[in-house]
Amino acid sequence: MSHWLTTILIVLPLAGALVVWLAPLPRAWVGSLATLVSLLEVGVWIIALERFDFGSAALQLAQQHPWFRDLGVSYHVGEFAFSLWLVGLACVCGAAASAYAWWVGRERPRAYFGLLLFLEGAVVGVFSAQDLLLFYAFFEAMLIPLYVLIGVWGGAGRLGATLKFVVYTVAGSLLMLVAIVVYGLQQGSFDLTKTGTSANDWLFLGFALAFAVKAPLWPFHGWLPDAYREAPAEVSGLLSGVISKVAAYGFLRIAIAKFPGPAHDFRVPILVLASIGLVYGSLLAFRAPDFRGVVAYSSLAQMGLITFGLFAANDLGFDGAVLQMVNHGLITITLFLLAGMVERRTASGQLSQLGGMARGRPALATVLMTVGVMALAVPLSSNFAGEFLILAGVFQQYWLWAVVGAAAIVLAAMYMLRLISAVLHRAVGPAVSEAALDLRGGELAVVVPLLALLLALSAWPAAVSARVYPAGQALALAAGPGGALPGACGSAALAAAEAPRLDAAARPLACRSAGRADAVGASR
Amino acid sequence: MIHGPHVDWFAISPSLSLLAATAALLMVAVFAPRAARRPVSALVCAAGFVVALVFAVVLDDRSAHGAAIVADAIFRDRWAATGQVLIAACGVVAVLISYGERMREENIAEYYALLAAAGAGMAFFVQASNLMTLFLGLEWFSIALYVLCAIDIDLVGSLEAGLKYLIIGAVGSATLLFGSALVYGATGQLDFDRIGAAGRGHDSLLVLGLAMVIAGLAFKSSAAPFHMWTPDAYQGAPTPVTAFMASATKVAALLVTDRLLLTAFPRDERLWTWAIAGIAIASLAIGNIAALAQRNVKRLLAYSSVSHAGFMLIPIAAANALGARALVYYLIPYCAMSLGAFAVVAARERELAAPVTLDNLAGLGWERPFLGVSMWVFMLGFLGFPLTGGFIGKFYAFAAAYEHGWWWLIVAGVAGTVVSAAYYLAVVRSMFMRDARELQLAPAGGSPPRDRPLELAVSICLVVTVGSFFAVQPLIDVAHAAARALPF
Repeated sequence: MSHWLTTILIVLPLAGALVVWLAPLPRAWVGSLATLVSLLEVGVWIIALERFDFGSAALQLAQQHPWFRDLGVSYHVGEFAFSLWLVGLACVCGAAASAYAWWVGRERPRAYFGLLLFLEGAVVGVFSAQDLLLFYAFFEAMLIPLYVLIGVWGGAGRLGATLKFVVYTVAGSLLMLVAIVVYGLQQGSFDLTKTGTSANDWLFLGFALAFAVKAPLWPFHGWLPDAYREAPAEVSGLLSGVISKVAAYGFLRIAIAKFPGPAHDFRVPILVLASIGLVYGSLLAFRAPDFRGVVAYSSLAQMGLITFGLFAANDLGFDGAVLQMVNHGLITITLFLLAGMVERRTASGQLSQLGGMARGRPALATVLMTVGVMALAVPLSSNFAGEFLILAGVFQQYWLWAVVGAAAIVLAAMYMLRLISAVLHRAVGPAVSEAALDLRGGELAVVVPLLALLLALSAWPAAVSARVYPAGQALALAAGPGGALPGACGSAALAAAEAPRLDAAARPLACRSAGRADAVGASR
Repeated sequence: MIHGPHVDWFAISPSLSLLAATAALLMVAVFAPRAARRPVSALVCAAGFVVALVFAVVLDDRSAHGAAIVADAIFRDRWAATGQVLIAACGVVAVLISYGERMREENIAEYYALLAAAGAGMAFFVQASNLMTLFLGLEWFSIALYVLCAIDIDLVGSLEAGLKYLIIGAVGSATLLFGSALVYGATGQLDFDRIGAAGRGHDSLLVLGLAMVIAGLAFKSSAAPFHMWTPDAYQGAPTPVTAFMASATKVAALLVTDRLLLTAFPRDERLWTWAIAGIAIASLAIGNIAALAQRNVKRLLAYSSVSHAGFMLIPIAAANALGARALVYYLIPYCAMSLGAFAVVAARERELAAPVTLDNLAGLGWERPFLGVSMWVFMLGFLGFPLTGGFIGKFYAFAAAYEHGWWWLIVAGVAGTVVSAAYYLAVVRSMFMRDARELQLAPAGGSPPRDRPLELAVSICLVVTVGSFFAVQPLIDVAHAAARALPF
């Protein structure tokens, strides 16, 4: 039974999409059916979570079926601990998006909800695929619903936004296809659990560029502001909450795990890009004229931070990056949904038109304030835990990175507080009428569970961060025979890169505690 | 008394059944009452293609050991039989698309007769094993297609299309013939196998002949720079004819090109692989870039077919067994996507009674969701997106190029695909994201009449396009069996 769970997680939303598209249901039922399916998906995920053994580094809940043999391609799915968390993020965000879209009552509901479910299935597929071609298939399949969701239901500038989005992502992902073909044929298999590591810089760059566009990392973020502004609110939430995590996951699972040498060689350039994105994104968020612009650019900054954690190449960084992926996913979808709710009340997202919404709207004020404060990583929030781990991890690479990251946290406080005050406080804006209601029951039913999850994670961030993989082993195993991470910690990093790869597999275990102690010492 | 060679009638049964259908259709044209002519002739033509399909399938099953037969004039092997299966299947779908076409009753039977004759010619052409039968087959189906392009005298541009195709096609045929003569002059042989055995390397006469033969065949597969007729002929011809030309002609021309080059010119492999790679890159570049500027959807699809000729030449240029498999596999979803896309265009054309452009495609997706979603799937398939066989086809083609060691050919293919995203998605954009009301082009008078044969054709194409993504292994097994007939 267990080995079917991953397949069920992938197929359930896809089947739901087919039912929504093809079954002659009354229109009014479609939204509720889609929400039900996505809640059911969350339920299946909880069952998977319960059956998952976090003490084991092996691929679990796995299933394999040959697809075409002459090139060694198979339908191979399964979960590692970190991918299971991201699947959970996708399920929760998908459910929130469906529920919100149902509440809003999108036009052409059958097409809309079918596409939402299809998107959810494809995203779960990307996180679960253990075969490169399958991974690519799901990765590209995500683009189909996104293209239509933005292009049909988006705002006035939707056609330009979709064109930019598609051209950027197709260019990136086709480079990845080249890399996949070459890598798979070189290795003689496309199975991620069987292939070993490669030292080819070009292949690494092919993968890295695709993920850098999808994330996006500076300077590949050209599509981001338009797409995030024009898409329906819940689609923007999914884009920045879940789809960007696909890119981070790709870095983790493929670019870093399969190309340890190039990942080490390109670490400094990638960290430089990430820090530029971090600072530049934060500054743009501070200058953005509208609600969604702030969230969109803050997302660019946060992806820079997550990249920091991934390329810190030590346990602290990885743990922090995965925790931060979950945090940021939940925070950003909540913020985008709130942006949508504010826009519905005021018909404007321009901060100059908003203001003074706190008075008489306690629920909105409470929710926005709570999420905003978490987003700026106040101590005790889950974001704080994630960012702390990342900064501690990247500090071991070089102290300057941690300084940049810490500066970005200050900038995050600036743009989030500006957003909160521009929406909730100050004088009542011209677009805010007395008739603009507080959050309604339906909206609270979407946002409050997300908030509750964030509070739970704040209380117990180790629920995720300590279960990313057991003691530094999983990624080394995931890299297949002979594969291991070059990463190590602290001053050992240089030596580790030159040491035989097999030794490196054992090293993270030894320096895990030492690294933490260093980090704590350093942060003082 | 002259003793003729032993004739393996079963081996030529697909061509024969289509020829029989042609003869029967000419009888229908004369004897059937005018009112019954349309359904009867469509039925006879469809029956001819179905019988040819069945014969081709059985022939494929019973030709595991390939051999040259009938005085070594034709091959009986799985490479040819697989091609005949594809051609006959394209023919069946083309008949379904043709049924609803507005055409004069008096020459409807001749239309179907020519369709069957073209199919018969292609079925013969893919079996060709010497330069004589090669030329004979080529002329046979080409002449039928010249007339088919020009057959609808009520259609603006149809005659022009036929004339352009005739003139440029004749140049192509002449080039092929001249090339054949040079090859014969250099080697003294007509059979592919014997040319391969007799040819000395670096014989300038032979190389010139080879170049002209490649050019002649490239005219038929509409690869650049021999594609000049394609946009005009595809645009002007009746849409069902365009659909048939875009699918079946490509099957025949590409399969024969691959076989001819591999069997007759193994010694010059280095030369022709580079030539084919060059043609592939030219087709990718010209097809994709020219398609960007098109507003007329048939013209756009014509340039897209040029670019796909480029894609399918990549595995031919790879000159390995993986490439042969890739070519056969790629042709299956490609035929389905081409036929399906032109069928949707035909439906819109009949609805509007005007040439279909990107502008008057607006709103089709919401007005007629089945056709709209199907067209969307075909466009994604051309683009090589997952969930369609186009993705696996491109993947195989790239894998073949990589196995040959030509990673730059993969890069060329990828660059072409990136460019093609712009125009394929432009079709999707105008169907779903623009409103017919905003353009004031909605057809007057409610929903159009249902065209069930056309819908059936589109559903078949849809099933093949999507199904070939999931059922890769069985199709690759077929391609594998076919490719074994070639010398590797």
